[in-house]
Amino acid sequence: MSELRELYQEMILDHGREPRNFGRPEGANREAHGDNPLCGDQIDIYVRFEDGVVKDVGFEGRGCAISQASASMMTEILMGKTEGEFKALFDSFHDLVAGSDAAAGAVDEDALDKLMVLAGVRQFPMRVKCATLAWHTMNAALDEGGDHVTTE
Amino acid sequence: MTAATQADTAQRNWQGRNSLDVERVRADFPILAREVNGKPLTFLDSAASAQKPRQVIDTVRGVYETEYANIHRGVYFLSERATANFEAARGKVQRFLNAADVSEIVFTRGGTESINLVASSWGGRFVKEGDEIVLSIMEHHSNIVPWQLLAERTGAVIKVAPIADDGSFLLDEYEKLLSPRTKIVAVTHASNALGTITPVKEIIRLAHAQGAKVLLDGCQGAVHAPVDVQDLDVDFYVITGHKLYGPSGTGALYGKKDLLDAMPPYQGGGEMILRVSFDKTEYNVVPHKFEAGTPNIAGSIGLGAAIDYVSELGIDRIAAHEAEILAYAYERIAEIDNITLYGTAPEKASILSFQVEGVHPHDVGTVLDQEGVAVRAGHHCAQPVMDRFGITGTTRASFGAYNTHADVDRLVAALAKVRELFG
Ligand SMILES: Cc1ncc(COP(=O)(O)O)c(C=O)c1O
Repeated sequence: MSELRELYQEMILDHGREPRNFGRPEGANREAHGDNPLCGDQIDIYVRFEDGVVKDVGFEGRGCAISQASASMMTEILMGKTEGEFKALFDSFHDLVAGSDAAAGAVDEDALDKLMVLAGVRQFPMRVKCATLAWHTMNAALDEGGDHVTTE
Repeated sequence: MTAATQADTAQRNWQGRNSLDVERVRADFPILAREVNGKPLTFLDSAASAQKPRQVIDTVRGVYETEYANIHRGVYFLSERATANFEAARGKVQRFLNAADVSEIVFTRGGTESINLVASSWGGRFVKEGDEIVLSIMEHHSNIVPWQLLAERTGAVIKVAPIADDGSFLLDEYEKLLSPRTKIVAVTHASNALGTITPVKEIIRLAHAQGAKVLLDGCQGAVHAPVDVQDLDVDFYVITGHKLYGPSGTGALYGKKDLLDAMPPYQGGGEMILRVSFDKTEYNVVPHKFEAGTPNIAGSIGLGAAIDYVSELGIDRIAAHEAEILAYAYERIAEIDNITLYGTAPEKASILSFQVEGVHPHDVGTVLDQEGVAVRAGHHCAQPVMDRFGITGTTRASFGAYNTHADVDRLVAALAKVRELFG
């Protein structure tokens, strides 16, 4: 069970059961919808983006423990971040869960530390998309106007 | 219905005839000897695609090693042999479905292509604006989207037959949808998501009474029940090779001769023509009219071998064995807390679709995989029926000729691990 425990750490189960920032925040001005056609999971990300900074962010949707925890933790970490900071974190996070070590730009080490609990996903290649759906959707939300993304 | 009362129902419905020697069957499937994640493979995903017996594997290898060439073309020995073997496989499909004539069997790439062929060719010619197409809510996407494309092109209207909470097909409700406007009814013989076996004879009789044609998607049905297209009087019947223990990328369409004759070609190319000139091209006769290009020669011959294989085991005996395993699964899964079953119709194939309360099917699937248990997790390409139950997906264990009581025990033990991990 050790790889499984690694994947489903208590922190992930906790975020999965009680997602933080669930719902649409007041004054949201950016949003995007994401689909994982493989499993039918869906997510909506809402952002209040002002003065180049994420002032508030929330999400709605249904998904597995990995995707819910990833979305929940992402929203916590992104409060107060700029678009550039988000992109750098996204790159690092992607490398973390996909198991590649491409050098990313400067990232917030504290934030990345928190995301380390999702590193167990790299042992489960079929689940990488679950972990990254929220991030892809956030990326689309921040790209002017918002969009519709899928993991395929 | 709870798992426990369902166990009773399934037990009652099982006819008690189980002479399948499952250990001998297992020995025919080389892949079942392997391990996954350090555990013996417990393969419970035959409804997605079944494993292949040595008889099929050897046949396909034999074609390539000793009798391969393109068919219907060469004048030399090997081409003659390959053509004869390919056409012999067509004959096996004909006998398997009890079609009246071998020309009523069109080889395709599988279920999806068979349905697209009918929707595109028959539908393109005979379906007009305002005509109605009746589907059921538990169709696989491949028996929905081709009809939606047709409806978009022609202005036809799609009507959807509902199901009961246990997944049973509702004949009364279905009958209400039928009218002289109904052009075709396209429903599954057995649902891949719920297992429900539909009352096909009644479905066909009621449709014909309104002058409508009927296509049965037998991708799942033909695996679990004998099919006699003449007795059913069905207009089109679809099978796929890979769920029938045959190669992937193979399948067939049965169509009544007069219907196939009246249909335009589906794809253009070699093989489907008699003569080509830039003034006028004459099409070949059925079934060749629908078989443009070089087909899956070895695969289709392998499908013939798969049909020989299941016929030798006996579809009835396979079905009885699977029913016994399903009944046992109902009984055992009742031991796990907070399981919700989806699809508990009295008439059903060996499919156990369920949710573990509070745990997403994907997470269930990952934990089971670590125990060597392969199941399908998700919407099973049947999103409308998932919506019908207000869920996004289920975990699905499906049982084939080679599954045993021990497989069910391993599934249940793995589910206990899910509970342990997720609380
Ligand atoms: C009921 C049903 N219809 C159609 C299909 C599609 O068949 P194929 O995969 O051969 O295209 C499947 C399975 O994939 C199925 O379960």
